[in-house]
Amino acid sequence: MEAAIEASELRKTYPPAVTALDGLSLAVEAGTIFALLGPNGAGKSTTVRVLSTLTTPDSGSARVAGIDVLSDPVRVRRAIGVVGQKHGSDPEATGRENLVLGGEFYGITGRELRRRVSESLERFGLEDAADRAAKTYSGGMQRRLDIAMGLLHRPQVLFLDEPTTGLDPEARAGMWREIERLASQELMTILLTTHYMDEADKLASQLAIVDRGRIVAAGTPDGLKSDLKGDAIQIELAEAGDAGAHLALARIDEVDEVTLEGRTLRARAQDGGAAIPAVLAALEAIGVQATSVTVSRPSLDEVYLRHAGRAFHEGETGYEEVAA
Amino acid sequence: MTALRQTWQVYLRGMRVFARQPAYLGMTLFQPIIWLLLFGALFKAVTHIPGFRGSYINFLTPGVVVMLAVFSAGWTGMGFIEDINGGVMDRMLSSPVWRGALNAGTVAYGAFMIAIQTTVIVLLALVLGADFKGGVGGVVLLIFVASLLGAAFASLSNGVAVLARQRETLIGAVTFVQLPLTFLSAALMQGSLLPGWIRTVSKFNPVNWAVEAGRSAAMEKIDWGLVASRIGLLTALAFVCALFATRAFAKYQRSL
Repeated sequence: MEAAIEASELRKTYPPAVTALDGLSLAVEAGTIFALLGPNGAGKSTTVRVLSTLTTPDSGSARVAGIDVLSDPVRVRRAIGVVGQKHGSDPEATGRENLVLGGEFYGITGRELRRRVSESLERFGLEDAADRAAKTYSGGMQRRLDIAMGLLHRPQVLFLDEPTTGLDPEARAGMWREIERLASQELMTILLTTHYMDEADKLASQLAIVDRGRIVAAGTPDGLKSDLKGDAIQIELAEAGDAGAHLALARIDEVDEVTLEGRTLRARAQDGGAAIPAVLAALEAIGVQATSVTVSRPSLDEVYLRHAGRAFHEGETGYEEVAA
Repeated sequence: MTALRQTWQVYLRGMRVFARQPAYLGMTLFQPIIWLLLFGALFKAVTHIPGFRGSYINFLTPGVVVMLAVFSAGWTGMGFIEDINGGVMDRMLSSPVWRGALNAGTVAYGAFMIAIQTTVIVLLALVLGADFKGGVGGVVLLIFVASLLGAAFASLSNGVAVLARQRETLIGAVTFVQLPLTFLSAALMQGSLLPGWIRTVSKFNPVNWAVEAGRSAAMEKIDWGLVASRIGLLTALAFVCALFATRAFAKYQRSL
């Protein structure tokens, strides 16, 4: 399958000395959803700005829809849709006026433009609000208008920079459905950035974890999780454990990475459920009583922790957490 | 063709804002009306200075019209700063729109506003007793010259806005140039009565070009050579400024 987006060794530094991109490379297969996951300040938005020709890297190269972003930015712009983090619509203009002006910028005119505008107002459920100023829209409507504007010229590649940040849960679920529909029915290539683990997990067929301007891990969500070698097992003991309990577990073949912290024993196993009987038997044999046992599939949080060397939220560089 | 269409669409965007809040026009007229009334009263005595010709309201009106153009055009860039803050600018720049249209459309809107504003001032001056010797044609030329100067300053304002991205910087830049440019011209005082060094400086001052051409066309027996040469200079300036503003987008993008 050909790559719809290819970036190689992108570097960008903002004066005086902020390194936004530090040799970032990625490849996105045509017709798939690719998520760039990382905390704020990791370089996700800068990547989108470079790939969407909004700005240029200090070095490195990139091709989008087969076109070089540095040597032919105007052709790239015709082939892509961009929905930025901020609302791109004019708050004083109506939804319809925003769409018309946007269409004109892509050279769509006359009857064809009017037809597409009414189609997209209908499709995004904005017909009733079409002739109201965009500043009167709710957060969800505003976001739908943003996406409608990004799609009016039927791009091959769509960039969504944090499409659901600040949306309420209902609007967020609606946005997810729309994004999935675009990829599956319209075979569009979508690159989205997010700092929500669940969003990347649910939507993306491929994802890359960005940290300090570099990609630290890439693959399918399941693949990345299974790289963590199996399930997490957590056992709560009746009283604080000792080296004996630790040793008893470590001796079991199916189990590794055993840690003990007060009354909590943690371990990993390829198949958590299958390892439980052996774990409980080993503890019983040395007379240690367990009050609860939980087995969980690895999460992207753990993937991030493993690759960035710190917990996801410690990577945040000063931003307000929006309730998800 | 596409460039013209896009310029027209950007112009319409401004016009829609105006159409929704026409009261805004009244606010922008407040200041020039005060100038006309206040300066008219304050400087009445200058007509007694030997060498001053004609009535002061006749003399003052073209000066105030040109001042109005300078002051009004200076704020054009505010729209771009709002666009930058709201994400509209990045959206526009990620589209293949011709960058020149983004500037030219807002400049055209600014020039249109100046034409309306100056028309109101001319009518007020008529009420105050100004007699426009140049007739309707002369007045149209005056308004055209003022709008042309306004177009140049509107482009400058756009360019500074895109480069600075901050309201405070634009306000500083605009207020820094407005008054000196006005006072280093024959807007409020007859050219022959200006101190020698100001007269020399004013030869290179675009505000003075507009004042000379506008005054000659509307108030005196028109000096075609003077009017044509000043319009030529102003047109060239408007082009250079538009080029600067259009180039500013590329600089802005590199810094993103």
